[in-house]
Amino acid sequence: MPEITNIEAVTQTLQSEMRRDPKIFITGEDVGKRGGVFRATKGLMEEFGEERVVDSPLSELSLVAVGIGAALYGLRPVVEIQFADFIAPAFNQIVQEAARFRYRTNGEWPCPLLIRTPYGGGIGGGLYHSQSIEATYSHIPGLYVVAPSTPYDIAGMLRYALRVNDPVLFLEHKKTYRLIKGEVPADEYMIPFMKADIKRVGNDVTVIAYGLMLHETLQAAQELVHEDINVEVIDPRTLHPLDQDTILSSVKKTGKALIVHEDNLTLGLGAEIAALIASEAFEFLDAPVMRVAGPDVPAMPYARTMQDYFMPNAEKIAAAVRKLNAY
Amino acid sequence: MTLNLAENIQSQTRAEPRHIQLGLHDEQVLEMYWHMLLARRLDERMWILHRQHEVAFHISGIGHEGCQVGAAMAMQRSHDYFFPYYRDLCFTLSLGLTPRAMMLALYGKQGDPMSGGRQMPCHYSACELNIVSVSSPVATQIPQASGVGFAIQYNKTDQVAVVCFGEGSTAEGDFHEGLNWAGIFKLPVIFYCQNNQYAISVPIAREMPVKNVADRAYAYGMPGVMFDGNDFLEAYSATKLAIERARRGEGPSLLEAKTYRPVPHSSDDDDRTYRSREEVEFWKKRDPILLARNYCIEHNILTDDKQQEFENRAREIVDDANEFARSAPYPPAEEALNGVWGELPKI
Repeated sequence: MPEITNIEAVTQTLQSEMRRDPKIFITGEDVGKRGGVFRATKGLMEEFGEERVVDSPLSELSLVAVGIGAALYGLRPVVEIQFADFIAPAFNQIVQEAARFRYRTNGEWPCPLLIRTPYGGGIGGGLYHSQSIEATYSHIPGLYVVAPSTPYDIAGMLRYALRVNDPVLFLEHKKTYRLIKGEVPADEYMIPFMKADIKRVGNDVTVIAYGLMLHETLQAAQELVHEDINVEVIDPRTLHPLDQDTILSSVKKTGKALIVHEDNLTLGLGAEIAALIASEAFEFLDAPVMRVAGPDVPAMPYARTMQDYFMPNAEKIAAAVRKLNAY
Repeated sequence: MTLNLAENIQSQTRAEPRHIQLGLHDEQVLEMYWHMLLARRLDERMWILHRQHEVAFHISGIGHEGCQVGAAMAMQRSHDYFFPYYRDLCFTLSLGLTPRAMMLALYGKQGDPMSGGRQMPCHYSACELNIVSVSSPVATQIPQASGVGFAIQYNKTDQVAVVCFGEGSTAEGDFHEGLNWAGIFKLPVIFYCQNNQYAISVPIAREMPVKNVADRAYAYGMPGVMFDGNDFLEAYSATKLAIERARRGEGPSLLEAKTYRPVPHSSDDDDRTYRSREEVEFWKKRDPILLARNYCIEHNILTDDKQQEFENRAREIVDDANEFARSAPYPPAEEALNGVWGELPKI
């Protein structure tokens, strides 16, 4: 099996899906001729033409709204928001429109819109090219939020997302685009939503992480082996709605849980997962649920020192796991 | 680029009645008049039901019937797409929504086909008629209509999308972005502004720095056309031309129907707090139904007997719809939990 990067998984899957389904089209800023600022849509305009890979004006609100209209009509729009930081102007269209069409029409008007966007920091992106937006959008019933973090998961979940009949926010951690490689089989497999994956089996502490933090966690787990600490790593993959069963059965096994995310701490995914564990696995806990997360500042600063201070990493994760293990 | 359509039409042959010049038969004119009348009687009943505390809310289309029925007549029902806004009672009625459906929505009763009792009244939707559901934040439907226009162009059909909004909505960013897209890609979208001169209490001078909504069309590379929105035939004519243009692949148009809302913004509003009674009375004399009736009588399309028959029929239909909805059950409470997600695909 060939090894490809996260971004190659995005590009190749979009390509094979567009060959399969003529209703799929892509639009976004610079997605056509330029192939996307991250090159996620590289070569697609050449193969599918300007009609299916559409350079849009700089207008996130209408990118999403046009996607909604096209989805209502029966097409399969893939909207790229260039950076997750720029999605805010489209908030109303995503939350009040895309996510509510099904509910507000009692199922008459489903809205199968796929929004892809790179998120996350660690690349010198400063306040407005580093943000994690998952908690904000995971609060919204009717909107799937997924954040697959390996080439295998990205390909499988992107394929699945293009068959789901509801709006999907597909988050791609931009630092992992070329950093993370993995094997991807040639067959057109799919990974369903709301199925977490046990990325590493262990008995001592459960760590729940996604995105770049998944890989930092796996690195921490590797190092902790030398200290005889065996970490179980759960990748939720779908952030909303969560696969509660996989998380709970792991925590019931280890009795200790740590949630890691780059998004800031307060009311982040960690808060929801901690509440879930507290209400459903309380008797199994041997230690308080812990969180390692970005600090509660508006966004990630640019200066290298401050950026590194902001970012959780393997070292910080390992320290938290040691604390939990010793509890 | 702003055209004065009324002059164009009048400067053509003066001998023939305007509707004949526009290619409309007497029966079609009568049908339009009937829809206006039925919409008005239905709307009036909804006000009464609110004042009787039968229902929680109403938002009215009274005074807008002329521009709505004219535009609807120019569309191909169930083929073209329509994005309504909350005043489009007459528009959606003309496109095929039934009085019973509207009353079910008003009461929020089981079987309400717009939203299953989830939305407030007058948030129209009918999938089978290509009438797209509308929300309450204004102007959101405008760029969505451009999305349908994009899809029509993508699928290479001869459909068009018509989207309605008030002039207040044109201050929203959604308006700008929606028209910008449609202009760039020459999409088959008709942007149909029903300018009733007030955004709730705020008069037009505080809504925009230019005199006419149609003037804004220039910035989006499309024609801007304004006309007397209380004249149903002008509305028909302007919309017909814009739709034909769109079907020929020549792109979008911005239409501005100048009209007036002689009633409060909604059942919770009191318009005496922001405008004079003289102003309202002035416009009541320009009531679109009154003007249409005069036109029909003048051209022997409508007789006194026919008028009485229409009134009787409207009363029966409104009574029936009212009673149908009043006696229908409410949705089961736990229905609130349904309809959030669709079925996931099988692997």
